[in-house]
Amino acid sequence: MPNAIGLERTDYKGGTSTLCPGCGHDSISNQIISAAYDLSLPMTRVIKLSGIGCSSKTPAYFLKGSHGFNSVHGRMPSVATGATTANTDLIAVAVSGDGDTGSIGFGQYKHLIRRNVPVVYIIENNGVYGLTKGQFSATSDEGQELKYYGRNELPALDLCLEAIIGGCTFVARSFSGDAKQAQTLIKAAISHRGTAVIDIISPCVTFNNDPKGNKSYDYGKKHEIALHEIDFMPKGYVHPREEITVADYDAGEMIEVEMHDGSYIKLKKVDQEHDPRNRASAIATLEKAQREELFLTGLIYYEEPRPTFGDTMHIVETPLAHLPDNKLRPSQEALASLMQSFM
Amino acid sequence: MAVNIQADVQQQYTGEYRVNDFALMVATKNGSGSQTSNAVIIRSLFRMGIPVSGKNLFPSNIKGLPTWYTIRASKDGYIARAATTDIAVCFNQDTAAEDIANLKPGGVVIIPSDWKWGRSRTDVIYYEVPVKELLTQAQIGTDFRERITNMVYVGAVAWLFDLPLDVINRALLDQFNQKAKPAAMNFGVVELAYNWSRDNLVKADPYRFEPMNGTAGKILIEGNEASALGSIFGGVSVVAWYPITPSTSLVDGIMENLNLRKDPETGKNTIAILQAEDELAAVGMIIGAGWAGARSLTATSGPGISLMAEFTGLAYFAEIPCVIWDVTRMGPSTGLPTRTSQGDLLFLHFLSHGDTRHPVLLPGSVKECFEFGWRSLDLADELQTPVFVMSDLDLGMNLWMSDPFDYPDQPIQRGKVLDKERLTQFLEEKNEWMRYRDYDGDGVGYRTLPGTDHPRAAYFTRGTGHNEAATYSERGDDWVKNLSRLRHKMEHARTVLPQPIIERDPAKKIGIISYGSNDPAIIEARDILAAQGVQTNYMRVRALPFAESVREFALSHDRVYVIENNFDGQMAQILRMEMPEDTRHMISLACGDTLPMSAQWVVDQILAHQ
Repeated sequence: MPNAIGLERTDYKGGTSTLCPGCGHDSISNQIISAAYDLSLPMTRVIKLSGIGCSSKTPAYFLKGSHGFNSVHGRMPSVATGATTANTDLIAVAVSGDGDTGSIGFGQYKHLIRRNVPVVYIIENNGVYGLTKGQFSATSDEGQELKYYGRNELPALDLCLEAIIGGCTFVARSFSGDAKQAQTLIKAAISHRGTAVIDIISPCVTFNNDPKGNKSYDYGKKHEIALHEIDFMPKGYVHPREEITVADYDAGEMIEVEMHDGSYIKLKKVDQEHDPRNRASAIATLEKAQREELFLTGLIYYEEPRPTFGDTMHIVETPLAHLPDNKLRPSQEALASLMQSFM
Repeated sequence: MAVNIQADVQQQYTGEYRVNDFALMVATKNGSGSQTSNAVIIRSLFRMGIPVSGKNLFPSNIKGLPTWYTIRASKDGYIARAATTDIAVCFNQDTAAEDIANLKPGGVVIIPSDWKWGRSRTDVIYYEVPVKELLTQAQIGTDFRERITNMVYVGAVAWLFDLPLDVINRALLDQFNQKAKPAAMNFGVVELAYNWSRDNLVKADPYRFEPMNGTAGKILIEGNEASALGSIFGGVSVVAWYPITPSTSLVDGIMENLNLRKDPETGKNTIAILQAEDELAAVGMIIGAGWAGARSLTATSGPGISLMAEFTGLAYFAEIPCVIWDVTRMGPSTGLPTRTSQGDLLFLHFLSHGDTRHPVLLPGSVKECFEFGWRSLDLADELQTPVFVMSDLDLGMNLWMSDPFDYPDQPIQRGKVLDKERLTQFLEEKNEWMRYRDYDGDGVGYRTLPGTDHPRAAYFTRGTGHNEAATYSERGDDWVKNLSRLRHKMEHARTVLPQPIIERDPAKKIGIISYGSNDPAIIEARDILAAQGVQTNYMRVRALPFAESVREFALSHDRVYVIENNFDGQMAQILRMEMPEDTRHMISLACGDTLPMSAQWVVDQILAHQ
């Protein structure tokens, strides 16, 4: 069925994946495709950015109608910052991994967030280095055992916690096996104005799927606790399903979180008293889950967007990349009077 | 203005004066405000029509370490660093003994009389000035006292060497952006010291300034500001940077002149300036911006270039335009951050792993800093590759006399960009569009910008192996084809980059090859050599990779001296690499002694080999 701009879901696909069969990353690509189709995103306005690693290959596997940029390891945030500054009309979807974000790119990750660069930042987090055949990453669990590298003695970095502390205004976690939740969060993130981080636990079927390890598929399915049931309503949403969805929710236990563009997320509390608009409780909830070795999934933290990086630049509204020559080069008279001032 | 200090007793000089042809060195402590006093002397000389140059030798420190500033007046218009000084203003007790020891016989010392010190030499002329007493008399509050102390030597210099007070007053107003109050406070001290000198000193030396007509129509500017202005007139729209000496004032120069690029209707800027968290991010940002269609640049120095190596390889291979200014300083490592060098040449040309090669522009004057400022942005867009511009600390941070800058002689060049209409037309004509296919035989493909509203506009940019269609490829033939095209593109670059400036007389058998800020030293040295019967031709290289004329020049002389300011003779190495012919007639003269090159060094080196 064509969407509002006349495209089929298949139009949003990309090239054939070269990842291992069963890789969680491929299902995330699928959710990006579905989200873009559902939101009727014009692909020509989207840019896909990534660093290096298995996750960073995936932009080639979705949204073939969008410009993609597979950059260098850990430094994609700076490329995203430059591109979105050059053209503030672009919708940036970035894909990274736990090595790309949590190790080599940790500095750029934190600074992207600090600047509030308008980017949907998806971390496909499998807790392992896949392309180099299975070393620990900074998000590997303490005490985890790997075949060649033995036991990991260091604590894991929680990339959501780091995002909240860094000032991110949209922080979510999901699980690649939870298609509906991941897709819903991706849609909400696209509607968010500013950096939106989604850390998606995505088990590595080849190097990190030991059922005991907490980034494994089995572990994830068993220990994932959704903070909420979530639904995303785009601005002006009139699909009949809306009524059914509303009927599903108990009004007394529902929070509606409005996005900048008038769309909103509906959250239904399950077994956690979690208000995603409370920073302190978001941090406490994540720390508690870390101690209890649980994944908390859902929208962990959300606040009214701060000005984006572009907003703070005091630049003209026309994208800098589209400025005509007469806006780029001052006049001959301007140079003459300037030269006079140096005489 | 009676200050009760006993004046020096020296014989009044009665011989012929040495006019407008000597160097004055000022030794002070860093952070004491001597920048202002030295700039005032330079501006005054400039206003008197005397060709002048200033070299600031400053420490990597905020306050307290020694700093030296050499001001050279040259009636003949030579603006290279003078190898020796005639007059030493010794206002730093820590270095005074050495400063006096280094003076040539017959030189002049200007020194505070407040210090307890003994005269170490009898073959120089001393002028002692009561600095403390003059400041007390001027009733300068303690808050300002330290920074205004240097105005005492300005006053003494003015009387001793004939700098008119009204000229100094105007220079002070210029220096303080026409703010009357600080200018007046400083001028009060200058006047006091001037009058005291007149009443108490006996002019015993032969040096003096006289108004002449050597600076009419000229400007005085630092290279980094010239580069900044060139970039502004070149339409730069995204600047990302991380502060590093000696490049910082380049980006400062863009910020200070942003009014040139404000939209008159909204008052908003057409340049985004991003201060990055490090040089890796800075270059990543300009690559992202260049990819998205902005005119982007960063400015850095050696250590920053080291950090940019990986990203630069990506931009070369993925063919993304951006401009990287390297205002060089002494390496290796942190090296000497406040000393000049041309030591990054080889590194820039081949920066990043694998087979990479980058165009490097080599401005030799502030005028070329301006010109290459705008031209580099055009070239980056036209060649779809990172373009380096190698300036240096000497060129970038010192004041230079120059002819006014010329307005760009061509419209902004955006290179081969297919917007929606052009892409439609291209597809109609060619029935295809492949991002990395060489349609025109110059090695440069056609690119689209993200956001182009055309269903065929998208392509995938990557640093991994790719074919003409920008699709991932690990095939050997795709790889070879791609690298061959990139090499061909660099061959094409030779013809569009700034060509060398060649001064050549077929009768002369000795050639000099040099580049960048060495130019003034070479010009002066050639005159000195010619006077001694050594006739030379001269070629100033202005870009890598070389134009064909560079080879011709190098191979058509009996002897060629390659003169540069680094330790390893890097230009000579590149010349040898590019010329399979016998190059034993080529002699590398590499200075690399941390200072701007002097004519004397060039003359000594060449004469030693003749």
